[in-house]
Amino acid sequence: MSTTGLVEIHNVHKSYGGVEVLGGIDLTIAPGEVVAILGASGSGKSTLLRTINHLETVDAGSVTVDGEFIGYEQRGGKLHELHEREVLARRTQIGIVFQNFNLFPHLTALENVTEAPVALGRLSKEDARELALGLLERVGLADKVQHYPRQLSGGQQQRVAIARALALKPKVILFDEPTSALDPELVGEVLDVIRDLAQLGTTLVIVTHEIGFAREVADRVVFLDGGRVIEQGPAADVLERPQHPRVQEFLAKVLS
Amino acid sequence: MTDTLPRPTGANAAAPGTPGTPAPPRDAQRWDLGTIPVVRTKHWFRWSLAAVVIFALAQFAWSLVTNENYEWDVFAKYFLSEPVLRGLGLTLVFTAVSALAGFLLGTVIALARLSKSPLLNSAAWLYIWFFRSVPLVVQLVVWYNLGYLYPTLGLGTPFTTDFWIVEFPTVQLISAFAAGVLGLSLHQAAYSAEIIRGGLLSVDQGQLEAAASLGIPPRRRLTRIVLPQAMRSIVPNATNEVIGLVKGTSVLFVIAIPELFYAVQVIYNRNSRVIPLLLVAVVWYTLVTTILSIAQYYIERHYARGSVRVLPPTPVQRARAWISRQWARLGDAPSPVPAAGSGGVA
Repeated sequence: MSTTGLVEIHNVHKSYGGVEVLGGIDLTIAPGEVVAILGASGSGKSTLLRTINHLETVDAGSVTVDGEFIGYEQRGGKLHELHEREVLARRTQIGIVFQNFNLFPHLTALENVTEAPVALGRLSKEDARELALGLLERVGLADKVQHYPRQLSGGQQQRVAIARALALKPKVILFDEPTSALDPELVGEVLDVIRDLAQLGTTLVIVTHEIGFAREVADRVVFLDGGRVIEQGPAADVLERPQHPRVQEFLAKVLS
Repeated sequence: MTDTLPRPTGANAAAPGTPGTPAPPRDAQRWDLGTIPVVRTKHWFRWSLAAVVIFALAQFAWSLVTNENYEWDVFAKYFLSEPVLRGLGLTLVFTAVSALAGFLLGTVIALARLSKSPLLNSAAWLYIWFFRSVPLVVQLVVWYNLGYLYPTLGLGTPFTTDFWIVEFPTVQLISAFAAGVLGLSLHQAAYSAEIIRGGLLSVDQGQLEAAASLGIPPRRRLTRIVLPQAMRSIVPNATNEVIGLVKGTSVLFVIAIPELFYAVQVIYNRNSRVIPLLLVAVVWYTLVTTILSIAQYYIERHYARGSVRVLPPTPVQRARAWISRQWARLGDAPSPVPAAGSGGVA
């Protein structure tokens, strides 16, 4: 198992205009662990996920990856806000796959994947191209590299988005409801790709509504309700013998 | 046999009873629109309006030729004359310089307006407010007469007027040309800033998040991710502005710059041939606008990459395809399948 990709979330609070979205979340995700975050809509799942790569800031508490803050630096007992450039550099350790793909529509599938490694000066154009071709082949899109996102199906677009996130070799990959915007028959192809990633020792945090998938792939599931963790544990235990009444209620609704 | 019949095209399909047409089958479900003649809907209102328009155009074209007051010989004499061409050159130079300076400054102002700094934000807002408030003509005259306000301009101790490192008389520093460029550019920058800001705002927030999550540096995020997408809504408005600027240069006559309109005025004040000389200006302005419009079409097309599944063919491509189709038709003149009275078989 890998030794990097430790996510520590400690007592995280977050409010939007007086409405509390996260109300004190504690969660430690081990390197290489696959965690599924479940919960009703509005329970704070996506917000929690976005605090991990500092797309959302937190009001109280802390989020670190491998002991390091993404947006701040600890010096002399104080946290110093980092300059945008440094935040961006640190954020590349964490990939994210969005519900709506957010592919760059004016770039081809190949250019979408090569963009970040080239922009960050990590790879030459040729090396980035080679890497991207390999990644696109891995997600089953070797024949679509010159297509623009709008020429691809939803499932294909999401697979390009996964390849794009992989291009920076992140230690942690966040999935924000990766199959929610897809037609039912396209969900499987995306889940197949995520399932493969789960074998490779990268830390995965997956916000999802696919209970069956969570049970099969996740080492642990975490239930959120009203911005708090109400139940967590090994996937099979929580999903088959839920203890908390809200979890029982949610599962009954989703699985019926 | 019916399967091999040529497909009737366009208007010919409306002619029923042509030889070779199979008798309509009784069972309605077996009607085939490819082989049965279809009678098209008659658009009487649309056609009569079209007839009125054609008549009006024809009447106007006829008057262009027959009305001697147009004095086409005078038009021809001055259209390519030296002062007119020099005026046209000045118009183009002013347009190019002011558009470039205006859009560069406009981009900076738009970015300031979108920045998180309240000071930059308000400064940009004030700039736009002021330069949209003052009429261009007034601004030009003020710049031209700046010497009355500040007799000299230079570098020295701030907030004093007694120590100068360099100092120039304003009249010498701001020529009529400089006043023109300044006025047009500053005026243009205010409008361009709003157009560019609108374009930047039209880009989906998710694009910024995706770029941020991939660690793409701010400048590259702007030039490679945001601007190319913003250009789709910037280009039509920006072309409007540039075209407006071409004609806007005609107000430069108030500070005696001999651009196209001024050049024409000078000539007709001398020879009193007002109409043909105004026509010279009209035709030149139209030509320049035509070229800009064509450029707009291709620039828009460039930025439309990825926005639709397949881009429609350009007019040039369509014309080429049409010509090659006609050519092919000429080539095999004795059409192998004598189609139902048409020969319009591809």
